[in-house]
Amino acid sequence: MSPIEQVVFAPLRKTGVRFYLLCAILGVLVLWGVYAYYLQITEGLGVTGLGRPIYWGIYLTNFVFFIGISHAGTLISAILRVTQANWRRPITRIAEAVTVFALTVGGLQILIDMGRPERVLNVILYGRYQSPFLWDFTCISIYLMSSVTYLYLPMIPDFARMRDKLTDIAPWRKWLYTVAALGWKGTHEQHRRLEKAIAILAIAIIPIAVSVHTVVSWIFGMTLQPMWHSTIFGPYFVVGAIFSGIATLFIAMAIMQKILHLEPWLTDKQFNYLGLLFLVMSVLWSYFTFSEYMTTFYGALVDEMHVANAKIFGEFNWAFWTMVLCNGIIPFVVLIRRSGRTVLGTVIVSIFVDIGMWLERFTIVAPSLTRPRLALEWAIYQPTWVEASITIGSMALFALLFVVFFKLFPSLAIWEVEEGEEIEERGRLIKKLSTQDLRAMEKA
Amino acid sequence: MPRWTMAIDLDKCLGCQACTLACRMENNTPIAGPEQANLGRAILWNEVIPQVEGEYPNVTARYIPRPCMHCEDSLCTKVCPVKATYMNEEGIVLVDYDRCIGCRFCTVACPYTTRYFNWHEPYYPESLKAHLNPDVPLRPKGVVEKCTFCVHRLHKARAKAEAEGRVFQASDYVPACVQTCTGRARYFGDLDDPTSLVSQLLKSPRAFHLLDELGTHPKVFYLREG
Repeated sequence: MSPIEQVVFAPLRKTGVRFYLLCAILGVLVLWGVYAYYLQITEGLGVTGLGRPIYWGIYLTNFVFFIGISHAGTLISAILRVTQANWRRPITRIAEAVTVFALTVGGLQILIDMGRPERVLNVILYGRYQSPFLWDFTCISIYLMSSVTYLYLPMIPDFARMRDKLTDIAPWRKWLYTVAALGWKGTHEQHRRLEKAIAILAIAIIPIAVSVHTVVSWIFGMTLQPMWHSTIFGPYFVVGAIFSGIATLFIAMAIMQKILHLEPWLTDKQFNYLGLLFLVMSVLWSYFTFSEYMTTFYGALVDEMHVANAKIFGEFNWAFWTMVLCNGIIPFVVLIRRSGRTVLGTVIVSIFVDIGMWLERFTIVAPSLTRPRLALEWAIYQPTWVEASITIGSMALFALLFVVFFKLFPSLAIWEVEEGEEIEERGRLIKKLSTQDLRAMEKA
Repeated sequence: MPRWTMAIDLDKCLGCQACTLACRMENNTPIAGPEQANLGRAILWNEVIPQVEGEYPNVTARYIPRPCMHCEDSLCTKVCPVKATYMNEEGIVLVDYDRCIGCRFCTVACPYTTRYFNWHEPYYPESLKAHLNPDVPLRPKGVVEKCTFCVHRLHKARAKAEAEGRVFQASDYVPACVQTCTGRARYFGDLDDPTSLVSQLLKSPRAFHLLDELGTHPKVFYLREG
């Protein structure tokens, strides 16, 4: 086995106590969330803090947040692949896994929010395409299917390696890898076809991902509610999605670098370059946020001002200003410096950004609903422990899926990384060769 | 086909909330209790909203009884993913309780907040159970409900006219709130009939719609205090 195979396959062959302990902790959190959901199913959505007029709350916030995170994979594996950024190679697998599991948990939030989840098939039986809900259902389904495919395709050559080289594993895993490898032999024709399929999917998945968070924003944007009915929402949500996606990816990368000893591949270069993209997304986010509030305040429509004031000065001010600090100020101050774009710097910023982006989704969903145009009085939203438990359970589920996945599958796209190393090596050779040639020519 | 419309004369409204009560009894809306009502879980298809403007001593107060507006361009039916809420051929916006998935998209889309969700299994005290209206189905937990313009009364009136062998007339059908109104402030009728009282009232300079600027074209209109 080559050095990279030895490192990458090591966690697949040996499992320590720490793994089981982590799974147990996450499992307990998930089960606690399941218990809370069981209560909600039997008692009704009355166990939440929702009511009239705050019909949507934490669950919709989680939905937008998780679907947003899923945009990490597309950025890394599609956009960076199309632009032939070679430094992406060691992080594609992690990014795609984030995408698939974030989409799964995000989609689950809608089911959790529904009053009659057992009637979910009505969406297929009686679905109306005039409803933005159907747009979401369609786009998210397509994105999930293409992301799973995009996670799977580059894994085929790795499956073949595991089939051939992992001899000391359980028979069912051997069988799994053999079936999943689809008879991969690594011939030239097989490589050509795989590269072609990945290239097509890489381009196709970009508009799909953009459509996903655009239609997620349109769930709000297509209503006439104050501060929801806004044309900026589509691009604003997409930018926020990629922003929070990178943040989650950084956290995953840093943890895996330490625990799985991936330092030789997840280097300072990856953290620096991705950190630059992170900074760009932060600045874009600040620009969109500023534009949104500037237009609202200058126009000063009565109903819009009620909501804007609630966010900036009213009962949501803590969430709003924490969001500005976490998403705009901290990332800018840290990432603008080269010394900030290290593992430690990016991870600290990422934790702030994930908190900030969750709060951003919350300050979009809740405040508009507390200030309806016609009502006896303005409402106050206080989430309950059930909503908190389901939220924590959902986050634990995301982590658990992620951890179990990387116990069974390699954390790096080995062949892609090797290919990248080869490209670099040849590039160096050609450079060397040409300077020698030049000198030879000069002498002649 | 008639187009059913309601007019509410704010000059005549006493703010007594008899309409709210009549609606409850007519439509079997469940009891929430004070604690749940504080959390916004009370189901009142026809709420009377007090609007107080100015500060003492220069205060003006008005009561706005607010049933569902049955908008011509209704935002609720527009966003429903499964056509559980829809407008029938006579312009009444209804909910199919057996199809509703409880996503509450319609409730957030409605600018009048006239749509209600069943947060718990509906509860009726024993004393009320004997007096539930058999013409109106009880709603299960987890679905949306709202004012139907007492559509069951329309069905009944049609059936009655047919049984008696005469032509159904708009005056045969009147919702419970209109029938009850203490100040006789409510009028109900067919907007497609230019001679009907509601059609005449709509021409009044006092006539206005709630949140007219949103372009929802409500079928409930009000007559401003004179």
